[in-house]
Amino acid sequence: MSPLRVEKKYYTFAEPPDEMILDSGARLGPITLAYETLGSLNEDKSNAVLILHACSGDSHVAGYYDEDDKRPGWWDTMVGPGKPVDTNRYFVICSNILGSCMGSTGPSSINPKTDKPYGFDFPMVTIKDMVKAQKRLIDHLGIKKILSMLGGSVGGMQVLRWCADYPEMVQSAIPIATTTRHSAQAIAFNEVARQAIMSDPNWRGGNYYDGPGPDHGLAVARMIGHVTYLSDESMRSKFGRRLQNRSTLSFDFNGDFEVESYLRYQGSKFVERFDANSLLYITKAGDYFDLERGDGNLLINDALTGIRFLVISFTSDWLYPTYQSKNLVSVLKKNGSDVSFCEIDAQWGHDAFLMPNAQMNKLISGFLERISHEC
Amino acid sequence: MSAERKLVENTRFDLQIIASWIKPESRILDLGCGNGDLLYYLKEYKKTHGTGIERSEDKVARCIERGLTVLQGDFQEEVHDYPDLNFDFVILSQTLQQVMNPEELIPELLRIGRKVIVSFPNFGHWLIRLRILFTGQAPVTDQLPYEWYNTPNIRVITIRDFKRFLRITGVRLAREIAINTHHHDREGHIIKHLTNLRATYGIMMFERPA
Repeated sequence: MSPLRVEKKYYTFAEPPDEMILDSGARLGPITLAYETLGSLNEDKSNAVLILHACSGDSHVAGYYDEDDKRPGWWDTMVGPGKPVDTNRYFVICSNILGSCMGSTGPSSINPKTDKPYGFDFPMVTIKDMVKAQKRLIDHLGIKKILSMLGGSVGGMQVLRWCADYPEMVQSAIPIATTTRHSAQAIAFNEVARQAIMSDPNWRGGNYYDGPGPDHGLAVARMIGHVTYLSDESMRSKFGRRLQNRSTLSFDFNGDFEVESYLRYQGSKFVERFDANSLLYITKAGDYFDLERGDGNLLINDALTGIRFLVISFTSDWLYPTYQSKNLVSVLKKNGSDVSFCEIDAQWGHDAFLMPNAQMNKLISGFLERISHEC
Repeated sequence: MSAERKLVENTRFDLQIIASWIKPESRILDLGCGNGDLLYYLKEYKKTHGTGIERSEDKVARCIERGLTVLQGDFQEEVHDYPDLNFDFVILSQTLQQVMNPEELIPELLRIGRKVIVSFPNFGHWLIRLRILFTGQAPVTDQLPYEWYNTPNIRVITIRDFKRFLRITGVRLAREIAINTHHHDREGHIIKHLTNLRATYGIMMFERPA
C-alpha cells in the first residue's frame, strides 16, 4: 500500500479591523491557522473528527508530506486508513494551535503593525482563545457538528474547552491523559521550564529573532518537560544507571549516564523545530486553564448532557495523574452526561498516550463505531 | 436460531430474568457489569440507556469496544456522584455477597435509582445446610466454589435474611423470583415453594415506599 499523502493547509481570518477579541481583552488579527485534513467529508457533513494536539505538537497528525518525509505525523498509529480513527470513514481535521510556531500565528509571526516578529508584544493567548480560533476554521469548512473530538494533554484541555464553550457543536469527546486544571506541581514544572528560557542571555526579553535564539534555555526547558512525560518505571527500564559509550565513570561533567545523553539529545533536537517564545506562551496557557474557576465548574451545564464522553488515563502518568481524570468523570456524572472511563495500565508515564497501545486503540475504535451509529 | 434467541441462551439465567423486568428505553446502572452481557442485551433489545461500573480494566475495555458506556472503578465509591433518581433501574447481580457495607450501599442505590434489582447466591439452600450439618465445614458449592480463606464472598445472605433486611429498613419489595440454575448458570428454572430451602439464587426488585 502506498503511504498516505497529506498536505499542510492554511486558513487566515480576523483581518483588521475585525480582529479576534482574546480572553484577555486584547485584539489579534490577522490570524492564520495551519491545518491538515485526512479522508473526505461526507455529503451531510456528519463524519468530521477533530484532533487537538498537545503543547509542542503540530497539525501534521498522520501520513507523509512527500517522499522525502522520513517520519509520519505524530499520531500515525491512531489515525489513517483502517486505523482506530479510520480515515476511510471519518473526515479528520487537525489544526496547529494559536500561539504555536508550526504554521499558525504566534510570537514568531510578523506583526503587521511593525513588520517585525511579535516577540513579547504577542498578546497572551489562552486555551479558550485557541479553541475560539479553531471554531473559526470549523465554520470555514462548513461543519456544524463534530462527530468526535479527541486529544491528549493540552489537546485534552482543548477538547474540554470545546465542550464548555460550543457544546451544541460537539457530539462526543475523548479527553486523554488530561485535567480540568493544572495542579501546583504541573505549574511548577512549567515555571522552571520558562525560567530556563528567560534566563538565557540570548532570550533578550523575547526579541531575539534578529540574532541567535535562547537555544540553551529552550533545550533545558525541553529536558525538564521530558522528565515529566516519562515515569520512574519507564526511566528505570529505558536507561537504569547505564553509562553512555563508556565503561567507567568520567569524574567530570560531560555526561556519564545514558539518561543524561538522552535528555541532551531531546533538548537539542527540540531547538531545531520549536520557538522558545511559543513554549512560554503555550505553557502559560496550560497553567491558566481552569474549568473550575469562578462560579462553579464550567462542565456543569445542561447543554453538555447530550455529549458522550470517553475519558482515558494512564497508571504511570504523574503529570496528569488518574485522580484528575476521575475528578473530571465525577463532574460529568453529576451533570448527567453519558461518560465512559478507563485507566490503562501503562508504564510510559504521560507519554503513554502517544505510544502505540492496543488497549487505547480498542477503546477509541469501539467508541467511535458506537458514536457513528448513534449520531 | 435468531440472534436474540442466541444472545438470551448465552446469558446467565439470573440475568435473563432481570432483563425481563426492565422496561424498554429505561435508564440503567449495572454495578459490577463484567463483560457487559446484560447491558449489551438490554441495549440491543430494549433500547435502554445503560451505564456499567466495573473494576477490571480489561473488562471495561471489552465493554467500551462493544459500544457500551462503562466506567472503571469501585462501584461502592462511584455511586455517590450520581444525582437523585438518575436511573430507572440499578442492578447488582451476584455481587451483593462481596459488598463490604450493604447497610450503607443499599440506601444509596435507592437514592440514585427508582428501583433496585439484586441477585445473590442463597446460603439457605438445603445442600449448604447439609454440608455444615454433616461435615461441619464451610460450604463449597457450584454457586460458591471458594474455600473460606480465598473467597471474595464476605457476606453470608439467605433469601429470608435479605427480605428481613428490606422489612426492617422500610423498603418495599416489588418483585421476587427464586431460581435454581445449572449448566454454568446459563439454564435454570424458577422455584415457587420453599424458596429459601430449594433455590440457589434469589432475585429481588425493591423500591422506596410511595
